[in-house]
Amino acid sequence: MSATKTSAAPRDPGIDKIPLALIPLVALVALPLIPSLPTWVTLTVAGLAMGMMIFIMASGLTLVFGLMDVMNFAHGAFITIGAFVATSVLIPLARWSDADSLWMNLAAMLPAILAAMAVAGALGWFFERVIIKPVYGQHLKQILITMGGLIVAEQLIHVIWGPDIIALPKPMTLRGSFILGDIAIGKYRIAAVVVGLAVFAAMFLVLNRTRVGLLIRAGVEDGEMVEALGYRIRRVFIGVFIAGSALAGLGGVMWALYQETVSSAMGMQVMILIFIVIIIGGLGSVGGCFIGALLVGLVANYVGFLAPKVALGSNILLMVLILLWRPQGLYPVAKR
Amino acid sequence: MSLVQRALSGDYPRSRVLAVALLLILVGLALAPFVFPGTRSLNVAAKVCVFILLVASYDLLLGYTGIVSFAHTMFFGIGAYGIAIAATKLGPTWGSLALGCVAALLCSVVLSLVIGLLSLRVKTIFFAMITLAVASFFSILASQLSDFTGGEDGLTFKLPVSLAPGTKLLETAVFGVEINGKVLSYYIVFFGALFLFLALLRIVNSPFGRVLQAIRENDFRAEAIGYRGVVYRSVANCLSALAATAAGILYAIWLRYAGPDTTLSLDIMIDILLMVVIGGMGTMYGAAIGATLFIIAQNYLQDLMKLGTDAAAGIPLLPNLIHPDRWLLWLGILFILSVYYFPTGIVGRLRGVK
Repeated sequence: MSATKTSAAPRDPGIDKIPLALIPLVALVALPLIPSLPTWVTLTVAGLAMGMMIFIMASGLTLVFGLMDVMNFAHGAFITIGAFVATSVLIPLARWSDADSLWMNLAAMLPAILAAMAVAGALGWFFERVIIKPVYGQHLKQILITMGGLIVAEQLIHVIWGPDIIALPKPMTLRGSFILGDIAIGKYRIAAVVVGLAVFAAMFLVLNRTRVGLLIRAGVEDGEMVEALGYRIRRVFIGVFIAGSALAGLGGVMWALYQETVSSAMGMQVMILIFIVIIIGGLGSVGGCFIGALLVGLVANYVGFLAPKVALGSNILLMVLILLWRPQGLYPVAKR
Repeated sequence: MSLVQRALSGDYPRSRVLAVALLLILVGLALAPFVFPGTRSLNVAAKVCVFILLVASYDLLLGYTGIVSFAHTMFFGIGAYGIAIAATKLGPTWGSLALGCVAALLCSVVLSLVIGLLSLRVKTIFFAMITLAVASFFSILASQLSDFTGGEDGLTFKLPVSLAPGTKLLETAVFGVEINGKVLSYYIVFFGALFLFLALLRIVNSPFGRVLQAIRENDFRAEAIGYRGVVYRSVANCLSALAATAAGILYAIWLRYAGPDTTLSLDIMIDILLMVVIGGMGTMYGAAIGATLFIIAQNYLQDLMKLGTDAAAGIPLLPNLIHPDRWLLWLGILFILSVYYFPTGIVGRLRGVK
């Protein structure tokens, strides 16, 4: 890598820190508005947890867009499928997940999560090969085709799992809250934050410290050039697509456990939040997606507490404000 | 002949089968109260009229301008709610209906301009995502502001007396059908939809419409000749929103009801997408064919599928696949296939064989 030093490239300006400062800023602005400190802590943790879950679901989508210029409107279907597969695994294992033992809970959760990620990843592979491949580079058709895929996938879920909403209780260990003085923090929320941070850290390391990550980043900047250097960018594409779909499956499981219900419409409901997050972050930027997700989670929780009526609109308002400030999102990806 | 030419703006069906099909639809809808007098079939006919207009207005956006919007049902809903709110708050008079119309149309123009200016400068995908977010926000808003919009239940309202089903307009029955307020409101819907459909046909065949198609095919080149893409796209977006609002107004007049499920839901947006793509994008007539087929299928195909389900009872999974509620599955597959293999839909196919 030292060979590249010869060119007189401008120095890397480092990370743009202003968007990073937005998260503590939002939290601090909310502090005086919310009557008591414990409530504020609870809401902040809830917001961060929600943000982390949205990030897990959105990160794959934004990376796929950055790399392949494909916006997959059927991403929501992977989320739903993940949740349903996990439900199918967890229901026979209900005795384990209801047991008051961390290890038995883990023994139920791990296969459920792995199955969800595997099925969602496999579906992603199928989708890339069959549905999206013929329409690379044609945005209009991509949107239409992936919408069609979403319709078919949603209907197939109905065929396999039936149209009813299924209840999905959290594993015993993650029910209830920790109480610290006056502050109550849901255990599941802590778990969500931990998993989210782990996914972000893993993604960050892979993208910035490995050879594959280097190829992916180079592919986002200029795919043709990477191909000219002799790498098969298509393989990277497929890998990223599968990984992104698997993450959507994971996110689906987490979201379903958070809501404690699974329904075939959940994917589409979350998709709207995911789109908002991706637009806020800058189409194609993983870092922007992370910050966007946390912002959306925090704002949704604060506003939900202060003015429940406008809570759902607050995300749109946040998006509009960010777009007025930076029309390309927080971290614009260079070529777009 | 010149009358027909002027009415169709010189854009003929260009296929004998298509011309016959369109004529059948036109005559069928024009005579619906006499030929299909039942309540259910008249409802289907009115819904077909409204959706032909709605889908045609969406075609102006998707087929002719090449932009995907998910906010079309929002404008449809604005129209329906405009009438509904005006009629409930101000009483069932013609004046309040007119006020509701004007308010709804104004609201749509402003909203579509704002959305367009915020997002039409950039890519197709960006516009699609923004409209999806805004539309979902709007439908949440409609169900939250329940004092104003009736929330999830929607608004049932009264129309002026002459449109009420109980009002006899003629002393004698015509061809055995009583001419009452219901028939009159059907004809308001029919002629409103017909007139606006022909107006849309006029728009896409005008020089303005040609520019839209040029932008769709190659916006860089169109820009180079001197047409400003943003301006043309925004105007197309506004026109399409206006037509959708008008469709909403007509639908509300017919149903005497406006609610989130009949106008604002994402399901209807998906129906519109299916209709326009299966009928044929960028042809206008495709809207008529697509909407008619879709709504007839929606209302009658399910009965057929129910027979199939009963026949297949006992075989695993198969009854689920052809369950009446699963008809969207097959339409979805048809949709994907038509985007791949015949992007100009049924109309394009028919024109191809001649």
